[in-house]
Amino acid sequence: MTVLNIALPKGRLGEKVYRIFKSVGYDCPAIEEENRKLVFENPEKGIRYFWVKPSDVAIYVERGAADIGVAGKDILLEYAPDVYELADLGIGRCRMCVAGKKDFRDDLDTTLRVATKFPRIARTYYSSLSRDIDIIKLNGSIEIAPLLGLSDVIVDIVETGRTLLENGLELKEEIVPISARLVANKVSYKFKNDAIRQLVEAVERCQPEEA
Amino acid sequence: MDAELFLKNEERAVFRLRELYRRHGYLPYKMSKFEEYDLYVRNKSFLVSDHILTFTDVDGKLMALKPDVTLSILKNCPGGPGLQKVYYHENVYRTSPASHGYREIMQAGLECIGTLDDYAVGEVVMLAARSLETISGQYLLDLSHLGVVAGILAAAALTEEERQAALTAMGQKNAPALRQLCREGRLPEDAARQLEQLANLYGPPAEVLPLLEQMDLPAASAQALAELKALCALLGQYGLGDRLRLDFSIVNDMNYYSGIIFRGYLPGLASGVLAGGRYDNLLRKMGREGGAIGFAVYLDQLERYNTPPRGCDVDVLLLYDDSRTAGDVAAAANALLAAGRTVRAEREIPGGLQYREVRDMRKEAR
Repeated sequence: MTVLNIALPKGRLGEKVYRIFKSVGYDCPAIEEENRKLVFENPEKGIRYFWVKPSDVAIYVERGAADIGVAGKDILLEYAPDVYELADLGIGRCRMCVAGKKDFRDDLDTTLRVATKFPRIARTYYSSLSRDIDIIKLNGSIEIAPLLGLSDVIVDIVETGRTLLENGLELKEEIVPISARLVANKVSYKFKNDAIRQLVEAVERCQPEEA
Repeated sequence: MDAELFLKNEERAVFRLRELYRRHGYLPYKMSKFEEYDLYVRNKSFLVSDHILTFTDVDGKLMALKPDVTLSILKNCPGGPGLQKVYYHENVYRTSPASHGYREIMQAGLECIGTLDDYAVGEVVMLAARSLETISGQYLLDLSHLGVVAGILAAAALTEEERQAALTAMGQKNAPALRQLCREGRLPEDAARQLEQLANLYGPPAEVLPLLEQMDLPAASAQALAELKALCALLGQYGLGDRLRLDFSIVNDMNYYSGIIFRGYLPGLASGVLAGGRYDNLLRKMGREGGAIGFAVYLDQLERYNTPPRGCDVDVLLLYDDSRTAGDVAAAANALLAAGRTVRAEREIPGGLQYREVRDMRKEAR
């Protein structure tokens, strides 16, 4: 029997994804026990789950260490891995946005300084507008950049907008909606076609738990 | 002792591929490692990666380490009566998104250039399948015809930007993205539905072709489909039917490629080991008439293919010292070699060497 290796993003999103998989018959009791293990197998169902850092899911799948995985659209846009994107799970919904200080007005005469964790997404977006920008790559606490004058705006994920509000920032433009996607390694898709297709169909039939 | 045991996967593959291509009348083509940079600038989007290693030649000319073989063959192969059938085994230098930096990639492949007919095209695809077969019987060869998707896109009358978005979604088998494009009014409903169907199709020709025939495809797509069907029938005659898969998510730059296109895969390797297709449009761009089809096998991928973990480096470690003459050592080594064992002669046990047994001539001396 073929074993499907599934990379799940560590954290809340991954747990939600596992619940979806479980609800359509891909359960793995070992994963629900409290422990520090990273790999969990259910030989009867022919599946092996493992938790990896969310931004690494695409790498595990692209390189074939995982046959399928679940990653946010933000990660897929940023790293552009060579994988199949088979389904939109409709969970982990948020938006990739441009935000800035409330009183900030874009002066088209100067280079726009953009702080972000997602340089590729920012560059693609602004080059589609033919806007000259200076990218400042940060690894966290992006919201602080405009407050300290490090950047004019930020490009970041916005879920509810509360963090922005609390920091005196507001949403300026929406770049792209984000949600969790089911991705598959291109070669695994061929050699484990039946198993992968069955899983995708089962997951697609299942209604997402949040709209 | 079987000499092939000492060969690495990729070396063994090269021997067998050469034999295969020679038997079908393809001639070897040896080329220089360097090529004028200008050749690649003019055809940059034909290349897999757009980074090129350049250097200045002694006469001040900007040169490049070959990132690709096909362009050089097209440039240097003179036209003439009949077809040009050549094969090569070369290293190319290119970057890939996954590896940060340049890599040397060993390729073997062949090209068939001239007035192509059904037989010539079928022969090249058959040789692609046989190439994979020399490495593993478990291979899969994905086959597509660019005309099928191109026909649907042409009938939909899209802008260049919409076309690109649709092609990207096809390449990812991204049905949600195709539906999204349709909702945004960037792809007509009919086209979106047909592309989604095509993206989701994957299987042997016998299974997929009947499904395709039920689709109400535009005339251009139907014609491409007929060509694909004829090719599948020919490949079936070669006995290759069950390792073939139709997959319409293979999309490639249509400025260069046209018609039949294919990719080869081996189980256990995370990316494809063979890529090829028909590139009449590139030929035309280079000012030549006729058609061209070819493929490359990425031999560097085989480095990790079914390689057993490293065992012993040598069967016998032969130790000697000054009490033994060179002639004694030679005689002892020869005796072991004649018995089919591998031998390493040393004065001391070298660090890091794995050996099955030690034959200590020093002890024997005392």
